[in-house]
Amino acid sequence: MKTIRASIIGFGAVGQGVAKVLLDKRDYLRGIGIDMKVIAIADSRTAVVDAQGVDLASALSRKKETGAVGSDTISGTEIIRTVDHELVIETTPTNIETGGVGLVNMMAAFERGMDVVTSNKGPLALKYGEVMAAAKSSGSYCRFEATVGGAMPVINLACDVLAGNRMISMEGIFNGTCNYILSRMMEEQAPYEQMLAEAQELGIAEKDPSYDVEGIDTASKLVIVANSIFGMNVSYKDVTVTGITRITPEALSLANADGFAIKLIGEVNDSRINVAPKLVPLSHPLAVGGTLNVFSVQTDLAGPITITGRGAGSIETASAILSDIISIYRN
Amino acid sequence: MRVSMDLELKDIPGQLVLALKPVSEFKGNLISVVHHHEKRTPRGKIPVQLVFEIKSDHLDNIISLLEESGISVVSVDEKRYLEHGAVILIGHIVHTDIKDTIDKIDNTGYAEVVDLNLAMPRINRPSSASLKIDAVSKQHMSAAIELLKSIAKEKDLLVIEPIGVN
Repeated sequence: MKTIRASIIGFGAVGQGVAKVLLDKRDYLRGIGIDMKVIAIADSRTAVVDAQGVDLASALSRKKETGAVGSDTISGTEIIRTVDHELVIETTPTNIETGGVGLVNMMAAFERGMDVVTSNKGPLALKYGEVMAAAKSSGSYCRFEATVGGAMPVINLACDVLAGNRMISMEGIFNGTCNYILSRMMEEQAPYEQMLAEAQELGIAEKDPSYDVEGIDTASKLVIVANSIFGMNVSYKDVTVTGITRITPEALSLANADGFAIKLIGEVNDSRINVAPKLVPLSHPLAVGGTLNVFSVQTDLAGPITITGRGAGSIETASAILSDIISIYRN
Repeated sequence: MRVSMDLELKDIPGQLVLALKPVSEFKGNLISVVHHHEKRTPRGKIPVQLVFEIKSDHLDNIISLLEESGISVVSVDEKRYLEHGAVILIGHIVHTDIKDTIDKIDNTGYAEVVDLNLAMPRINRPSSASLKIDAVSKQHMSAAIELLKSIAKEKDLLVIEPIGVN
């Protein structure tokens, strides 16, 4: 049995989802020879540190009841720098402007030779090359399946399962909020503003939805895909982005009458990285509705491979994090 | 463009090869050849139907060569536009001179707007339109959509194009 000491840095929806999944899957993980011991959890204001292992169930209920995970005032970055452990589970919020605290955390982890599994897009969308170089020079693993498409296995599918294939192009829907709004506008023949309000009411869209509806979120994910799957060296500024805010219900109807849906599509090929609303034939595999995400990659040997799944949700994202953890430590 | 041609051949050996030679000489791509040997035209000749793709400026040369070889060209049906595309436009489509937008596509010579559906919900609200475009080839369709995008940029219109173009 291999004991892996881990910290969870960031204890919002995703961090809590990871804690729940680690609790649920404890016996399974032991069955495959991995004893996961969370020795620290930090949220934005507080932390709990216990070298013997934090009680995840009580950490979760404490967070739920009081809004804080612990009583320590040590920051996540300080935990990474000072507490002995092997794995940092980095689930702080994305900052696409600077990479934010996530970038600092990841670099601090690599300085100490620790492995990182993250759901944080910002650092990878901005500084993929630097982050990977730092991981490589310290001999650390850096896995980030959860950054693209939540539960959908995008990165690992292309890099591990389809190893040996040349990736020719990729397109997909990577933002469930936009997909929900467009699907509902079509169903109800209702304007964008009304369906955005509905999505906010249901908690599908944020109070400030610009990150999703202007295509920034999709663009960040495309950069990660372009760099990790297509071996490019691009950053957010290399993506041409058009969001969904100008789409009208009449446009959706006209498209529908011609046999098309309108979807916010992200695409990567050797000539461009682009996010824009596109016409998708209603019978096409990319024409998925609701909050679903879908990813289609064109390969030289396997042809087109398309997968669809839930692109967000705390447990779904935690599923991607768990699979990264297992793939690092199983062998 | 794609051409469908009805010919009449004499019933002597080597006529079919003679009929196909000009097409291959001008690098035409044969799609189908139907040789009705059992039928006879009123003039006692054998009807043959050819379908091939060819650059438009070579068609006249092919017809001349056929006629010089003594082969009768009965009818020629040119189908210039092989590619059919659809786009959606959103914005002040009418107020930014829709005629001008369509004319610019039609004037390319390789693509034209063949259908337009317009929805104008309220004055001062953006309109939406679905535009059907026919073009000579896939490449010309991409070029027509690129042109439309540049016109749309000037007129602040959003173009929604189908996936898989370019």
